[in-house]
Amino acid sequence: MFNPSLWRIRRFSDVMPEVMNLQREMNRLFSNVGQKSPQDHPAVNIWEKDQKAVVTAELPGIDPEKLDISVSGDTLTIAGVAEAVKFSEGQTYVRQERGLGSFKRNIQVPFQVDAQNVEARYEKGILTIGLPRVKEELPKKIKIQ
Amino acid sequence: MMEKEMQKTENVSATERIRNVKTFVPRVDIYEDKDSLFLVADMPGVDEKTVDIELEKNVLTIAGRVENGRIKDGTLMYSEYEIGDYERVFTLSDEIDRDKIVATVKNGVLRLELPKAEKVKPKKIAIKAA
Repeated sequence: MFNPSLWRIRRFSDVMPEVMNLQREMNRLFSNVGQKSPQDHPAVNIWEKDQKAVVTAELPGIDPEKLDISVSGDTLTIAGVAEAVKFSEGQTYVRQERGLGSFKRNIQVPFQVDAQNVEARYEKGILTIGLPRVKEELPKKIKIQ
Repeated sequence: MMEKEMQKTENVSATERIRNVKTFVPRVDIYEDKDSLFLVADMPGVDEKTVDIELEKNVLTIAGRVENGRIKDGTLMYSEYEIGDYERVFTLSDEIDRDKIVATVKNGVLRLELPKAEKVKPKKIAIKAA
């Protein structure tokens, strides 16, 4: 019933995040604390604005120089490293909770992306990427004679 | 490869909040050396203007407000994380020199340096030959 193409079912777009949340909660209830696969980091939200898809991800403390963002066809790839603090002599952890390590994630959008006009911003630890559609794909209105 | 789960846990606080957003518990790393304690908290969406650090007696509260989590004029199509404020409370021991606490915020990460009070630093005791 819920096929991978979320986007076509516009009416359900408000319901889908809730349903997926419910599913996630159920999974968590029945399995070992919602194990996220390595393919799921970072968590993203996808918005639609002005015919563009806007992908936001929370990536605090990343060096933007080391972020690797690329677009190919209809897929956005985000890769990077969350680096641990470089310890100087005599420093030890008392508590370690923040996620560390390298990550890579592919996100597919339901249209071909105009790679020349992709904009990416990294502010306050939030990465925002605007993905415009390739122009020819914009649906043309057909008038009835 | 990331092994740790990045889900945020919701902060179920007994106090009433005035703002109509959820509050989450930010993940922190705490590390120390002989001179100071360091606290690093992940608070994406927070900058130095929206972070709030309070020290009352020996209770340290770090809080951050997220103002622009939502995309203006956009429609949310798919969501994997929720947007909200952050808050976490710590109890400090007397070891910390309160007047010398230093805080910085960069790229959504709050870093606190809490210098240890002089009297607590390990002192080497010289042994005199008897």
